Amino acid sequence: MSMRNTLQSPYSQWMDDDAPETDVVISSRARLARSLAGYPFPHRSSPEQAEQVIQAVNLAVRHAEFRARFGDAELTRMTELSPVDRWILVEKHLISPGFLKNTESSFECKGLVLTPDERLSIMVNEEDHLRVQCLFPGLQLEAAAGTADEADSLLEKTLDFAFSDRIGYLTACPTNVGTGLRTSVMVHLPALVLFGQVKEVLTTVSRLGLTVRGLFGEGTDAVGNLFQVSNQVTLGHRESEIIDNLASVTRHVIEQERSARQQLVRQMPVVLRDRVGRALGILKHAHTLGVEEAMRLISDVRLGVTAGLLKGPPSRVLLELMVVTRPSYLVKTSGRELSPPQWDELRATLVRKLVNAHSGGDPEEGGSPEEGDSPEEGEKGEEGGQSP
Amino acid sequence: MICERCKQQPASVHYTEVINNQKRQMYLCPGCAEEAQKAFDLGAPLNLHNLLAGLMGPGGVKEVPEDEAEFLCETCGLSGAAFGQSGLLGCGGCYQYFGERLEPLLKRIHGSIRHTGKVPQRSRNKYLLIQEVDRLRAQMREAVEDEEFERAAALRDAIRDLQQRLA
Repeated sequence: MSMRNTLQSPYSQWMDDDAPETDVVISSRARLARSLAGYPFPHRSSPEQAEQVIQAVNLAVRHAEFRARFGDAELTRMTELSPVDRWILVEKHLISPGFLKNTESSFECKGLVLTPDERLSIMVNEEDHLRVQCLFPGLQLEAAAGTADEADSLLEKTLDFAFSDRIGYLTACPTNVGTGLRTSVMVHLPALVLFGQVKEVLTTVSRLGLTVRGLFGEGTDAVGNLFQVSNQVTLGHRESEIIDNLASVTRHVIEQERSARQQLVRQMPVVLRDRVGRALGILKHAHTLGVEEAMRLISDVRLGVTAGLLKGPPSRVLLELMVVTRPSYLVKTSGRELSPPQWDELRATLVRKLVNAHSGGDPEEGGSPEEGDSPEEGEKGEEGGQSP
Repeated sequence: MICERCKQQPASVHYTEVINNQKRQMYLCPGCAEEAQKAFDLGAPLNLHNLLAGLMGPGGVKEVPEDEAEFLCETCGLSGAAFGQSGLLGCGGCYQYFGERLEPLLKRIHGSIRHTGKVPQRSRNKYLLIQEVDRLRAQMREAVEDEEFERAAALRDAIRDLQQRLA
């Protein structure tokens, strides 16, 4: 997928539902913070130094061995992208919001390397010179971390990373020093939220050296009952220990959420069926939708689908919807500035198309074909939404 | 009593703040108390960098003596005060120049001050030598404690050889 495709399609590979534990775990991420030896960190570099860093990374990703493994990964400067396109990359979780918010260094000095499959991305001149990130669908922490490690080893053939024999990889913020590894999982916990147990579970998680954050990282809300759990400590543990710890805690969280879902189905089948059914009904037929309402309904439908109560769009499409309903994607689709009511109308239109193209009926009522053939389905609904 | 913050006005407010479970009490003048309050209520939300700044900067929990706030990194010129403000270091060299001053902070964040993970290929040989030196040093201490002085002397020579290779 080229950068153009990435920006046009709301779909990304990390949304695949053909991966382990996708009923609860949406995606797994591994990020390595790396800095080049001999250069000040990005917040203290001159434009010339920042440019040299970009050039060095560009050279490293064109190295034959890197290309043999990761394909033609292009480096795109942030100045080549419109502000809306930049935010679409955030909404697709391919770059961090911090990459755009930090106004100290100009966008000219910031670049993004993205592999054709979008599994590997490298932010250049974020808080550190390089942020190597791998994003995989479902619970695949080892695969994500393994790929990031491979990329790192290939990059280090060309680049000289700042490293201390005592405290490891050196980073701008002391919270990343050592391995520079931050692993995280995005989990969908609607049943635990409904039971009011989510706080308890997440508090326990935070006692085990892990932090819990909202959908877009530090300081953001947990919209759509989505939470990001990640390791806090990067120094003093091996990479494998960091990964194992998060993976084993995540497995407990999965069990808790699954058992909460089973309890919901047992204890209040009608209430739950009604709730998820109404949610799907609104998504199918509404003509205005607010962003928060959309996220809440998508979360309900996802709960219904994964609990087998509803023949709605597959998880992959619901995740696409979460991108589609975001402000930047709407602006991109419409190609102009919109007033808030126009946003809500466009959002509802796009959601209707995508949902109707992918929903069947209630499984109890015999059901209808998986792929609908709604006349409303437009190009947008087709894009990236095909069953594998 | 004089205000602990501006050290000019008389203090009349008993101010308590809790950062990262560290309780800190001060006697402040009304003006300074208001400012301190503002920094918490209206200022930037307490993010990681503010927090690090609070832990490290002058006037914060005393990791750095105030008279050393102007300590500079010889590579990039970052001052202790500047680090206190941003919570970010200036370059890889800062870790060396701020060395011991950073250790309590690293210990607090990570519970450790020693990397045990991946080592870049080009640093691997040096890293392994340093690990070997540490191991031999521990053995030498044991040998001295056990009064095995011949073994200790042999270890000392081995350490010296390794250190020469490192230099």
